[in-house]
Amino acid sequence: MHELSIVMSIVDTVEKEREKQQADIVESIELDIGMISGVEMDAFYFAWDAGVSKTILEKTKLKINRPPAKAKCGDCGKTFVAVSSFDACPECGNPFCDVISGKELRIKRIIVIKN
Amino acid sequence: MTCGCGNSTETDILIAKPGEVNLEKLSLMPGHEHEHEHPHHHHHDHPHTKTVIEMEQDILQSNNLTAERNRGFFEAKDILALNIVSSPGSGKTSFLEKTLHDLKDEIPFFVIEGDQQTFNDARRIESIGTPVIQINTGQGCHLDSDMVHRALRKLNPEENSVVMIENVGNLVCPALFDLGENSRIVLISVTEGDDKPIKYPDMFQSADICVINKIDLLPYVNFDMEKAKEYAKRVNHHLKFFEISATTGEGMDAWYNWLKKERT
Repeated sequence: MHELSIVMSIVDTVEKEREKQQADIVESIELDIGMISGVEMDAFYFAWDAGVSKTILEKTKLKINRPPAKAKCGDCGKTFVAVSSFDACPECGNPFCDVISGKELRIKRIIVIKN
Repeated sequence: MTCGCGNSTETDILIAKPGEVNLEKLSLMPGHEHEHEHPHHHHHDHPHTKTVIEMEQDILQSNNLTAERNRGFFEAKDILALNIVSSPGSGKTSFLEKTLHDLKDEIPFFVIEGDQQTFNDARRIESIGTPVIQINTGQGCHLDSDMVHRALRKLNPEENSVVMIENVGNLVCPALFDLGENSRIVLISVTEGDDKPIKYPDMFQSADICVINKIDLLPYVNFDMEKAKEYAKRVNHHLKFFEISATTGEGMDAWYNWLKKERT
């Protein structure tokens, strides 16, 4: 259940940013959580509800983007959308490809309100 | 994750040498509780303003920053730091014990042990004569760079040593948390099933070395070594493999050679 650590990390980071901006309310937050980032979304939502309670993010609107996994074949150079981190190249069948995206874990943007 | 109250026990994390803490006494202590204070809203005389802040910031940035601090510490002291991860029961501690036992006269070792509870592993390491710090994560399912940072201050490893960090037995959560190690070693055993690498790809993808333990049991289990390695390579074809038995010592020499070479 590392998802709770991730939520707490988001709370800390956003709280720092809110302070820096001298804002009062964090209206919304947008996250990028890659399809193969290692975050289980059910666990994440569960951890989110528990983790943001009594924090600056308690009433914040949450938006999550899921960047797809992409891999590149080292043999033929084809870039393709992968379902898992161990998909074979659809072009030449090489099973040993490198993941090039889909592992994002990013706070993309927040919207804050100053009273 | 710390709460900033100066006390690291927010989630009951305990970092200590064996024998340093009276565990019975500790379990009788009341839980550490506090309320986080949040600043009251200021009243400004301007109207409400809405600002969009493009943060583009890694969620694990604070862990990653502390990991880099650890990495800098290791680099400055010419320390080789290894993060050992596996499911519970794959034999991380036995692998460590065997290595320490065989190489302790050649290489100065320092060990950080991570478990949710108990000092059992630290005691096992201590009995070999290796300096060790135990981290009890309480409810935590992985070590993070801040726990390791604090453990390092207590452990005070010497220059040119090898720091072995045994992570919490868990093949999922520790994958995401850089501790500042030079290499990550994922350990599986032949009693676990050869499809572990594709069942838990994140861990194999984040590792540099894959140690396959308990090969002395191969005649008794249904484990296809080539298939396991093929699966692991599909997830991460940069992985380097060692097939070993921590019990019989079979295959340990190749691992020792790698370890010695990495130090130079």
